Amino acid sequence: MTVATLALRDVEKRFGATPIIRGVSLDVGQGERHAIIGPNGAGKSTLFNLVSGRFAPTRGSIRLDGEEIAGARPYRINRRGLARSFQVTNLFPRLSVFENLRCAVLWPLGYRYCFWRNAAALPDAREQAERTLEAIGLEARRDVAAGVLTYAEQRALEIGLTIAGGARVILLDEPTAGMSRGEADQAVALIRKVTEGRTLLMVEHDMSVVFGLADRISVLVYGRIIATDTPVRIRDNAEVRTAYLGELADA
Amino acid sequence: MSDLAVAADPLGTTTRRRGRFDRRLIALVALLVVLPHVPGLDSDFGRSLLTQMGIATVFALSFNLLFGQTGLLSFGHAVYFGLGGYAAIHAMRAINHGLPLPMIVVPLAGAAGGLVAGLAFGAVTTRKAGTIFALISLGVGELVYAAAFMLPGLFGGEEGITASRTRATVDLGIPLGAQLHVYYLVAAWAVIAALLMRAFARTPVGRLCNAVRDNPERVEFIGYSTARVRFIAFAAAGLFAGLAGGLHALNYEIVAADAVSAQRSTTVLIMAYIGGTPYFLGPALGAIVITWLQTSLSGYTSAWQFYLGVFFIVMILYAPTGLAGLLARHRPLLRTRAFRGLVLRYALAALPLSVAAAGAVVLIEMAYRVATQPELGTRMRLLGLSVDAGQSGWWLGAVVALAAGFALFRATWPRIALAWDRACAEAAGR
Amino acid sequence: MLELVTVSLLNGIVYGLLLFMLSSGLTLIFSMMGVLNFAHASVFMLGAYLSYQFGRWVGFWPALVIAPLACALLGAAIERYGLRRVHTSGHVAEILFTAGLAYVIEELVTMTWGRNAVANPVPAAIDFPLFHVFGSAFPAYKGLMMAISVAMFVFLWLALSKTRIGLVIQASLTHPRMVSALGHDVPGVFVLVFAIGSGLAGLAGVIGGFMLLTQPTLAHAIGPIVFVVVVVGGLGSLPGALVASMLIGILQTFAVAVDYSLLDLLRAGGVAVARASPWYELLAVKLATAAPIVPYLLLVLMLIVRPRGLLGTRDA
Repeated sequence: MTVATLALRDVEKRFGATPIIRGVSLDVGQGERHAIIGPNGAGKSTLFNLVSGRFAPTRGSIRLDGEEIAGARPYRINRRGLARSFQVTNLFPRLSVFENLRCAVLWPLGYRYCFWRNAAALPDAREQAERTLEAIGLEARRDVAAGVLTYAEQRALEIGLTIAGGARVILLDEPTAGMSRGEADQAVALIRKVTEGRTLLMVEHDMSVVFGLADRISVLVYGRIIATDTPVRIRDNAEVRTAYLGELADA
Repeated sequence: MSDLAVAADPLGTTTRRRGRFDRRLIALVALLVVLPHVPGLDSDFGRSLLTQMGIATVFALSFNLLFGQTGLLSFGHAVYFGLGGYAAIHAMRAINHGLPLPMIVVPLAGAAGGLVAGLAFGAVTTRKAGTIFALISLGVGELVYAAAFMLPGLFGGEEGITASRTRATVDLGIPLGAQLHVYYLVAAWAVIAALLMRAFARTPVGRLCNAVRDNPERVEFIGYSTARVRFIAFAAAGLFAGLAGGLHALNYEIVAADAVSAQRSTTVLIMAYIGGTPYFLGPALGAIVITWLQTSLSGYTSAWQFYLGVFFIVMILYAPTGLAGLLARHRPLLRTRAFRGLVLRYALAALPLSVAAAGAVVLIEMAYRVATQPELGTRMRLLGLSVDAGQSGWWLGAVVALAAGFALFRATWPRIALAWDRACAEAAGR
Repeated sequence: MLELVTVSLLNGIVYGLLLFMLSSGLTLIFSMMGVLNFAHASVFMLGAYLSYQFGRWVGFWPALVIAPLACALLGAAIERYGLRRVHTSGHVAEILFTAGLAYVIEELVTMTWGRNAVANPVPAAIDFPLFHVFGSAFPAYKGLMMAISVAMFVFLWLALSKTRIGLVIQASLTHPRMVSALGHDVPGVFVLVFAIGSGLAGLAGVIGGFMLLTQPTLAHAIGPIVFVVVVVGGLGSLPGALVASMLIGILQTFAVAVDYSLLDLLRAGGVAVARASPWYELLAVKLATAAPIVPYLLLVLMLIVRPRGLLGTRDA
């Protein structure tokens, strides 16, 4: 039995006296595309924050490829091959699109805190950043400061920042939030392309996106997972229907 | 965009870009070589002024390594300048007493002193940023300043530590006696320091410094420790500030507690900000302007600190990107035809502004005379006029000039805005 | 010995309360607007000068009312015409603006009243002894000051936590647009807060003016210590500011009275340090000489160990 790429066991998180995550256990396999859905306030973003190191869980274990990462600093988790995007765009606004991406590839390429070489003279960094630039379709905006991009472009760059470093496990937090139908479809195509061969954990509200991408879906309600299954079976699950009451109607 | 653009360096060093940079560098070096021989600056006073500008430039650039590049606001940057200066002056003393090293490497001792201090203080203070970091820097600055008085053996107390820059056993044939010689040494080190800091900005860790400035949290999610990046920037800034301190030690042959004072920390902050912190050479511009204001203004008026403060506040309110920012915003407009119209409008606005400024200056100077130097009487020469602070007519006249001039000045703003829009539209249309 | 301790304690409490009066306004402005007002001590200084000037024109008691009001008006103007432009540029720009303002106010004071200290003696009306401690008199003005600072604490605490406008203000700090959408005049509220904070500083200045020397360097002398108080107590915490003021006030007063150094302590323990040793100078510093830096040591230590401060609820 292979070790799950990402394994959560009885993860709990409370802020002060308020419990947000009340015991979540989940296994995500290598190369799997796993979506987490749930009503607002269920704790989806909090779960992401726990896995990526933004917060430490109050209790429970989170293992990446068998290694415990619960409570570790975000950069340590990232160095082990897990990268995440943010629901509220979190870029480097004064750096150009290309510069944003280049920053994301420096550590994985081993440059660490190098202060004796010109970053522009690192061919592997440049190539990897340019590949990512092409993959997210922003070549035309290469030298534009990230802060002045359109919303959809920023979301694309957000995904770009997440995948540029070549992380094996990608966490996408509502990647199509605020997008029109057309933009969302493009984003889905992009996500499918760039996460080829990688493990993907995704939070989403848009059911068509979820059903188009996910291999399996977990439903998070009030900090607990009430069901984990294939998209078809989740759609027919009575408990899930009750929790959503109508939101799956047009999926 | 401009050089600042720590962003716009897409393909790094293409031949064309490199050529342009090298040409600019050569022009700058040529200018620096010629400057102390230009009539007006070819006196000891002029050369001393240039030397001070050089030292202030290195200091201000080091400050901006922290602030403009990494987003860390320090109220105590003089600590690294001063500790570097002390290290250098002690090195000079050692050389005076026989240490077989040439005098021209003394600034390196300053750099080493600044680096060590930066590493030591940085290790504990760079875990936090923003307001907390600013407050810690304030506290550390006060502590070091107080320590300078409490440890006279190391810091010489109020009188400071002295040394000679001409007494050395190793003689490379490079004279250092005259102000002209010191200027060349300072200018050379200033160019080297600026080039090194510019290079640092382009290294991987330099890019991460910018990333930390823009979004310290996100940096952790791409594999870097924000605290570690800040620590490195802090140490580098300390190194270059110490280098400036070393130049200071060479120039004045004395280092005293004022080298680590809060006033010096505030001055370098003002220099960087007024020059323009988003631009690499902005602080250099600020250093030159402020040094000039400080030395020349203080000869004319005891109110120069007030003028400096007002200048600073006006810049914060109306030109947060500094003088360099103002220049950069006008650069794309230079080639438009509408530019001439804009300049005309500026000139027209300058007239009432000058009247208002004259009124303000008269008021301020009269007030200072009456309040701080009553023994000199009430009569004085200002802007070519014989002013008498004892006569209410002058006070009234100054107030009227200020009020009327300012009102007229404000009236020109809409026209200027129109001319500006016209020029921008033309530039964008090209 | 008991006399020394009692007198020092009393003086320390008085000094601590003075620090509190100053830091209370700063805490108000910070907790409600997020602005670290570097010009706060300058307004305090203005309060001292204004009470001196008005005192000469209309007497002490009217000045006690007019000076703080004038400072409050000034604060309102600073926020309305200056700080308001800078809010959108972030906290750093706000700090720089207030720092520049402090610089300018110091010069304004110099050009109006001169560089030397003005004769601002304790008004005769409150210069009688309230009671005697070990032979030395405890003057009435110190009692007045204590009463005013306690009143300040109560007023602020109620305003911050119990009133509706206090809650509105706290909400504006983190969600100004939402609060504005709910119909509250957020910019107006900021003006009010800054005015009240400055008024409190002015009031502290009236008393502080004759307890300390009224001179242009007054702001620079006491300003940093006030920041230490606010940070050590916990940014945004009023009870914290009170605790920290008392702590620093008492610590500093006691330290000044102690004429011993670490060297003496070591010697008492039987450890001798050679004069030639590099540590000698540092160890030989008497606590009385080092007293001025005690607050800064506390500041740096606190920021490193517990940036939230003693009773703070948030990092800066």
